[in-house]
Amino acid sequence: MKSNDVILQTTTKVVLFIILAFSVFIFFNGHHEPGGGFIGGLMTASAIVLLMLAYDLEMVKRILPFDFKVVTAAGLLVAIGTGLGSFLFGVPFLSQTFDYFTFPVLGELELATALLFDIGVYLVVVGVTLTIIQTIGEDQ
Amino acid sequence: MTNLVILPILIPLLTGVILLFIPKNIPFQKILSLISGLSLISVNIFLILNILNNGIQTLELGGWQPPFGIVLVGDMLAVLLVTTTSTVSLAVLLFSFYSIGAEREKFYYYPFYQFLITGVIGAFLTGDIFNLFVFFEVMLIASYILIVHGGTKVQLRESFKYVLVNIISSALFVIGVAYLYAVTGTLNMAHLSERIGSLETGAPILTVIAVLFLIVFGLKGALFPLYFWLPASYAAPPSAIAAIFGALLTKVGIYSIFRTYSIVFIHDTGYTHQILAVLAAITMLAGVIGAIAHQDVKKILVYNVIVAVGFVLFGVATLTEAGFMGAIYYLIHDMVIKGALFLMIGAMVVVAGTSHLKEMSGLIKHHPKLGWMFFTATMALVGVPPLSGFIGKLLLVQGGVDSGQYWIVAVMMLTSLLVMYSMIRIFLNGFYGKIILKEADQYGTTKGLLFPCAILVAVSVFLGLGAQALYPLVATAAETLLQPEIYIDAVLKE
Repeated sequence: MKSNDVILQTTTKVVLFIILAFSVFIFFNGHHEPGGGFIGGLMTASAIVLLMLAYDLEMVKRILPFDFKVVTAAGLLVAIGTGLGSFLFGVPFLSQTFDYFTFPVLGELELATALLFDIGVYLVVVGVTLTIIQTIGEDQ
Repeated sequence: MTNLVILPILIPLLTGVILLFIPKNIPFQKILSLISGLSLISVNIFLILNILNNGIQTLELGGWQPPFGIVLVGDMLAVLLVTTTSTVSLAVLLFSFYSIGAEREKFYYYPFYQFLITGVIGAFLTGDIFNLFVFFEVMLIASYILIVHGGTKVQLRESFKYVLVNIISSALFVIGVAYLYAVTGTLNMAHLSERIGSLETGAPILTVIAVLFLIVFGLKGALFPLYFWLPASYAAPPSAIAAIFGALLTKVGIYSIFRTYSIVFIHDTGYTHQILAVLAAITMLAGVIGAIAHQDVKKILVYNVIVAVGFVLFGVATLTEAGFMGAIYYLIHDMVIKGALFLMIGAMVVVAGTSHLKEMSGLIKHHPKLGWMFFTATMALVGVPPLSGFIGKLLLVQGGVDSGQYWIVAVMMLTSLLVMYSMIRIFLNGFYGKIILKEADQYGTTKGLLFPCAILVAVSVFLGLGAQALYPLVATAAETLLQPEIYIDAVLKE
């Protein structure tokens, strides 16, 4: 597949960062509007898919040299690990808690254990989506 | 310990995830799967003892109280089935060590095997209908992968139908869940049971929903006339995968009917349970006709899976104590013995190089152990005392007589005889008769394949001889189903 769409490629270079920044924003929104990990992950995945469409698989593999199957597994491990934390504290599985912390630049922020779980979900979504897309893309 | 009930789900899930990191390191994958299987069994035995002493164990995920949060309920029925699942899955795992082949092992066979078990066990343990759907999907997605795993032509053809049928039934499942929520305002099974039980008059819409759920679970559990997809798709994958499918997957559908038709939909039993009884009777007949008609050993066995569905669901439909106990007992027995028979048929196919009965003969000359184990398993399946099928069938017959459904009992007796005929035919044609294959001509060895079969046959013999020890467990399980208040009180803690 050799396509050289200058308009798409130029636009992608700009739009990619907007999408990625917005996906990070949405990811952290998970505190009060649940599901940040899932939708943020989908958005990141769609940004990478856009990159694949504008350029090609080889280039994306060069700049993101991960095995996305391992990314999926890591995400699952993080998500289950967050649940397993409840064994240490003797509370029901997947219990969550939150507290307020003060950061140097950002000021006071709320951090929740659900965020850790969301990181896992985020990795799983990105990993699974890109595994599927790559598998289909390579199959010619 | 608060989190005990979730351990049977967590162990295979965590194992599966860890295995995803090391797809190419097959020895390590085998060892880890084995450790996980053994620890699963020990956790389950601990859980059974705990339930015997302290009653039903529940876990509110994340500390959210039911009926709002998701709750896992470890009652005796669920835990007995989970324990059986872990035993069968360990034996099939051992079998696949020797039979599945390096090519398949490299492509995530063991991780998805673990995920399949996660889904099955989760479906048994959940106390919430929507969560039941979720675990169904976990199980089904893993089964989609396993049924096509290896990608032979037959598998690709059959998996297409399998996936299509299951996607449609999953869609119907969600629709059913939506109706149920719209009518009752809850999805927690204990809460549902309470609300439906407190109805003054039977609500017709609930009967419709009950029948819709019967269709959904009937599709997964292979109830007449919804079993059409099953024979071809279960015969397509390799023996180890067919064994785990035949032993576990349909049982989850049956369990769901069992659960919903004993605890939730009890408002109009004259209608819903009569339908179930008639369908169960036709299922037995249709299954056994298929079993007799086929010459392919895999197909014969697959049709026998359908017969067992009829037996168990007839027990559910009787709504008597004996019927329920018989159904539970037969369900456990059937998981074990179907696993064993599928594995032995797999070993036969390995040796003979074909699954066609006409082309194999005289295997017992070189494989006496396999032959006699097969004979024992056949006798257990049919229910020759003191083997495991006998007690289940006796209780089922008693339940049928108690509820006055004599003609279905008669159908059951007749079916049992025909099942015997269909299985003995394999024994007579396949093991006895003229010896076709000399030792050197055989297509494979049974090295390592007999031990897993022996485990399951031993468990089956124990289920028959040790019925006395098992009786209190089964009685406790049936008691919970007959008196939903016990279940409701344990879950809602009133």
